[in-house]
Amino acid sequence: MNITGAQAMTEALRRHGVETVFGYPGAAICPFYDSLLDSDIHHVLVRNEQGAAHAANGYARAGKRTGVCIATSGPGATNLITGIATAYMDSVPLVVITGQVSRDLIGSDSFQEADTTGATTPFTKHNYLVSRAVDLPRIFAEAFYLAASGRPGPVLIDVPVDVQTDVFDNYEPAQPELPGYNPPSDPDREQLEGMLSLLSGAKAPIICAGGGIISSNSSKLLRTIAENWHIPVVTTMMGIGVLPWDHELNLGTLGSHGVYAANYALHHADLIILMGARVGNRAMGSASEIANRAAVVHIDIDPAEIGKNIKPHLPIQADIRLVLEEMSKETVPSHDVRRDWLQTCSDLKAKHDFKSFKYENSETIDPPSLLHKLGQMAGPEAIITTEVGQNQIWAANHYPLVKAGAFITSGGMGTMGFGLPASVGAQSAKPDSTVIAISGDGSLQMSLQELGTIKQEKLPIKLVLLNNSRLGMVHEIQSLKYQKRYSQVFLEENPDFGLIAGAYGFGYEKINSNDQIEHAVRRLLSSDGPSLLECIVDPHEPTLYHASRRKSQ
Amino acid sequence: MNDNNANSKQESHVLSVLVNDHPGLLYKVSGLFSRRGFNIESLTVGPCEIPERSRMTIVVSGDEATVDQVMRQLDKLIDVVEIERLPRDYDVERELILAKVGCTSQTRAELLQIAEIFRASIIDVSHTALTLELTGQQDKLTAFVNMLEPFGIIRIVRTGLIALERS
Ligand SMILES: Cc1ncc(C[n+]2csc(CCOP(=O)(O)OP(=O)(O)O)c2C)c(N)n1
Ligand SMILES: [Mg+2]
Repeated sequence: MNITGAQAMTEALRRHGVETVFGYPGAAICPFYDSLLDSDIHHVLVRNEQGAAHAANGYARAGKRTGVCIATSGPGATNLITGIATAYMDSVPLVVITGQVSRDLIGSDSFQEADTTGATTPFTKHNYLVSRAVDLPRIFAEAFYLAASGRPGPVLIDVPVDVQTDVFDNYEPAQPELPGYNPPSDPDREQLEGMLSLLSGAKAPIICAGGGIISSNSSKLLRTIAENWHIPVVTTMMGIGVLPWDHELNLGTLGSHGVYAANYALHHADLIILMGARVGNRAMGSASEIANRAAVVHIDIDPAEIGKNIKPHLPIQADIRLVLEEMSKETVPSHDVRRDWLQTCSDLKAKHDFKSFKYENSETIDPPSLLHKLGQMAGPEAIITTEVGQNQIWAANHYPLVKAGAFITSGGMGTMGFGLPASVGAQSAKPDSTVIAISGDGSLQMSLQELGTIKQEKLPIKLVLLNNSRLGMVHEIQSLKYQKRYSQVFLEENPDFGLIAGAYGFGYEKINSNDQIEHAVRRLLSSDGPSLLECIVDPHEPTLYHASRRKSQ
Repeated sequence: MNDNNANSKQESHVLSVLVNDHPGLLYKVSGLFSRRGFNIESLTVGPCEIPERSRMTIVVSGDEATVDQVMRQLDKLIDVVEIERLPRDYDVERELILAKVGCTSQTRAELLQIAEIFRASIIDVSHTALTLELTGQQDKLTAFVNMLEPFGIIRIVRTGLIALERS
């Protein structure tokens, strides 16, 4: 049976189990959009292509599957790039489909032509410029395989419009032909033994867990290992949620905006086991110093991560899940040697855990108290997305997260405008879950148009806006490091968010006193449709809290 | 790159890289080098014994940790099928040079003598210039260029290193 390239693309999506895609049409992708009409695939029309990539990202992470996004050639494709780069930095599996001008026009600067494969090479795991329709089944098979296997990431397929209309004989299901791609899987026995012997002698070990634990669905295993072997756990931003926030072994998030207990443990451990964490500079500023003091074991599925930021004493190139499985078969040695260390860690956690929440009458909303209450009331199944800025840090440190994978944030790229479209994807993947988008007034306005997508899709997203009338994070930096010379961080002419909520069919409530938090959050969470809770925050509220607010009282 | 590495000596390393002959491949490889701040001394590419594959010889400079990263990052490219690091004391290395050198009737004889010593071939002669071709190890080519310099070098073109491991 004859089939067009466009039909083959749709057929490929169907065969790979794709149910929902996010995109925005244009001339160069019209044949494909036409063939989508004949399929059961649900297409979510975003309001800017960047939103399609972020939504696919949220969809992939909430739904634990590969996200698909689509754009036309030229400006459609270039608009996607921030979203592709965001997914690449956080190792999120995406298949990105772009239209391209017809083959005979490529290279002639024709209308809406952009070198999409060239421009996305630094941000994709792999990309394709399709030159023959008959290659499409194989290319899609490869793209889905590449995106989700090994270290996941975005794969882009650029399809000239005349390839979409070309006809070929039959859709022959094709196998990937990737001789240059052999992601490591099993850990090497010797390396594993090496780690076990380091572990049995360690007086002060920690596990540093990153996004790899979440993307490999290994958080339960990790928890068992940490508990049985008595190893405290610190996380990177991407690893938040690998243990419940209040688990006694969870010391919290590392880094300049992390928590004291985690950073202390990192700097005093004698053995650091990095699991699926790339130890970027934000998590671990002084990597080489740390490696000089403690033994470092680095477990990662991407060999190029090992030795890049920190030189490990023992590298283990393997699927972290298989390593944890192997570990769980071992007999656990006595942990007597680390009783002191465990005591120190749990004391630190108790002492420095943020405890002084405020629910009395006040002039502005206290973000930690709000986020704490929000999480308690939303329950363990709720999925949250964040923007970037102070709102992200408050959410990372104070939202009481219980489940791995429920914290969807732009960790590596720190992309403002990510959270709202990501919540579109998360809610599409999990229609029955509570999805909360935590936002800042600056970030919200970077993707504000996606409120239209939410309206059209009738998604019951709960949007929590921390409005400090500032680019708060930059304001905080300028306050601390630039002698309070504030430059271009004021958003006092913010729009009336109540009117915006109304325009997009959102419920709306605004609060500025901590004694309103509980009722307002209850109303927000019990509302049927989408709803916006605007919380007025003091522009001088810091993310780096004074110790006085950490101590138990 | 952190430097908690004992072996941080800067050296040239020769990588032999088998790649899929896909359009855009060269861009992916060279983009990787510039993006990650790796230094390429030379890069050559051409068809090899396997259809639809090419073999690249890449000379990179850096310490052990850097070349290790280069190899790991290259290996991540899907179109890179195989990477070998060639042991510099146990491989065969060649480069070809074409040199156009100024000459007069007085200096021609001396130039021809140098060419003979180096076993360079003369591929073009005119009243004012001589074009020489020489294949060899890089140190030999460097010595050759040094000898030509006093005569006035008009143009030099070098292929960059190609190399194979000895069997
Ligand atoms: C696309 C993009 N542009 C600029 C930045 C730099 N940046 C980081 S945080 C921030 C301020 C964010 O403001 P807002 O969303 O209001 O959050 P707040 O810090 O006030 O909570 C800026 C401008 C960024 N991360 N992303
Ligand atoms: Mg703000």
